[in-house]
Amino acid sequence: MQFRQLRGDTILKIILAVASLFIIVLVVGLAVELSLGSASSIFKFGPGFLIGSNWEPSQNVLGALPFIYGTLLTSAIAILIGFPISLGVAIFISEKLKSHQTFGFMLGTIIDLLAAVPSVIYGLWGVFILIPFLRDYVEKPLHNSFGFIPLFSGHPFGYDFFTAGVILAIMIIPTMSAVSRDVLSVVPNSQREAMYSLGATDWEVTGKTVLPYARSGIFGAFILGLGRAFGETMAVTMVIGNIPSISSNLFSAGATLSSIIANDFSESTGIFQSSIIELGLILFFVALLINVLARLLLWRVTRGTRVKF
Amino acid sequence: MKSNLPTSISLWRKIVNKLMTVLVLVAVVLAVIPLILILGDVFVRGAPAISIGFLTHLPTPVDVPGGGIANAIIGTFTMVGIASLISVPIGIGAGIFFSEWSNSKLATISGFMNDVLTGFPSIVLGLFVFVILVLTTKQFSAFAGGLALSFVMLPIIARTTSESLRLVPMTLREASMALGVPRWKTVLRIVISTGKNGLLTGILLAVARATGETAPILLTASTSQYFAKSIFQPTASLTVLIYNYATSASTSWQTQAWGAALVLILIMLGLNLLVKLTVGRNLAGTRAEL
Repeated sequence: MQFRQLRGDTILKIILAVASLFIIVLVVGLAVELSLGSASSIFKFGPGFLIGSNWEPSQNVLGALPFIYGTLLTSAIAILIGFPISLGVAIFISEKLKSHQTFGFMLGTIIDLLAAVPSVIYGLWGVFILIPFLRDYVEKPLHNSFGFIPLFSGHPFGYDFFTAGVILAIMIIPTMSAVSRDVLSVVPNSQREAMYSLGATDWEVTGKTVLPYARSGIFGAFILGLGRAFGETMAVTMVIGNIPSISSNLFSAGATLSSIIANDFSESTGIFQSSIIELGLILFFVALLINVLARLLLWRVTRGTRVKF
Repeated sequence: MKSNLPTSISLWRKIVNKLMTVLVLVAVVLAVIPLILILGDVFVRGAPAISIGFLTHLPTPVDVPGGGIANAIIGTFTMVGIASLISVPIGIGAGIFFSEWSNSKLATISGFMNDVLTGFPSIVLGLFVFVILVLTTKQFSAFAGGLALSFVMLPIIARTTSESLRLVPMTLREASMALGVPRWKTVLRIVISTGKNGLLTGILLAVARATGETAPILLTASTSQYFAKSIFQPTASLTVLIYNYATSASTSWQTQAWGAALVLILIMLGLNLLVKLTVGRNLAGTRAEL
């Protein structure tokens, strides 16, 4: 009896351990296979691939810089627009609606729904609704009034870095606001009460106590949003124009790491294909770095209380 | 210690306070508007495109009327089905391990990797399957698409499983073991059956997520104009069809893209509704994006 029980436990534990081992194998396998797939590109271009600014598949001149630039620029626009909005939503739900939990939960659920909308539908909407709107009502006025600033100097067509940044902002708001709101909700009430008892206004309580208390968690939310912006593919592919370019002009077509993979991989062969896989490898390591950093930050602020995200 | 807080509320502080309240409200409005616009536009523009023929016919060449999305709907279900067959057993197994053997080193490392995997760009997962399966067999296929989707689903299922099993009270486990029930039986009979709503929620969330994915399928299953004869052929899917049609120059294809988007949104809403119906009260906070 004793022996059989022990055997059952061991068998179950081994089966389950194999399942969880599979996840580690998968992550390691990703790194290994993407490295092998991009081997010929790595050997041919070496580290220069990362700073090569030309992407001419027909001449076998391949450099990743335009895509790294495009990824950084669109993500920066997305964060600039999306982060303040997300923080505002989180403050509204966790601070202003503290005594209206049901309404706060409903609002949270509605914003979470944004995260459930497939990325290709954002792209579809971006192509037919957002691009004409931004081109006619945002980009053209900006170009006409501030065309002397390099950022707004290009003639706006709509398929550009700016539109990609805006659509990314919409897409990362649910992630960032959900995590920030979880982080704000674990700030102990005693902090707020102490501040109120000193005669602080609502905003002073939030701005001088709650936000500083939760800052490393909010930074974690920021990084998670950034990670999502870096990796987002379809919506960006559909609105950015997919022309490799390094331009300070926001109204110029561009490409990101993920958009060029989606756009070009099907026509690629040989060294071109290998370079595209290397772009994926870059994306893999960036995503790894960002996610590890974000989890560690969130773990620090919410130690003890579990945050779901 | 000298306090730098004024003793009475000055006009300036009142103004700042009101201003911040207004800004926060503006942020909420700005966050909600896109959702209303996107859902509204998909319904308004998609509804006219939908008919029985649209749902049951094969696609037609550019500007030939009467085209449908039947093969794409079937393709999406096929690939999500394959992905579920692969990811559900592994994901649930790993999730049980994270929760029931949470002290082991393997659970810590693997759980962390799982969280990291959740945040990975799905196109990287697609590229991975492209390298290991499509390049080696020289064949885009529904199987490859399903495999790529299973890697999208796996971390979601594992995470939700372990989260929901952790909510099962420790006293239940103790009571079962005190009655002499072995641990493996306690886990399978007591813990899982108590937390099964949570498990189901995780699976549905993962299925919803996989149904809406485009990039991994684009790289592994490609697309097709026909019904696939086997799972080892290029296969159409709703999302890739929307992508191809939306970026085409044909206005009739563009209209069909909106129709397909509406079908996709309705499937997603249906899955979300199922989640709301199956979800236990204690898991109400689990989110779609995870």
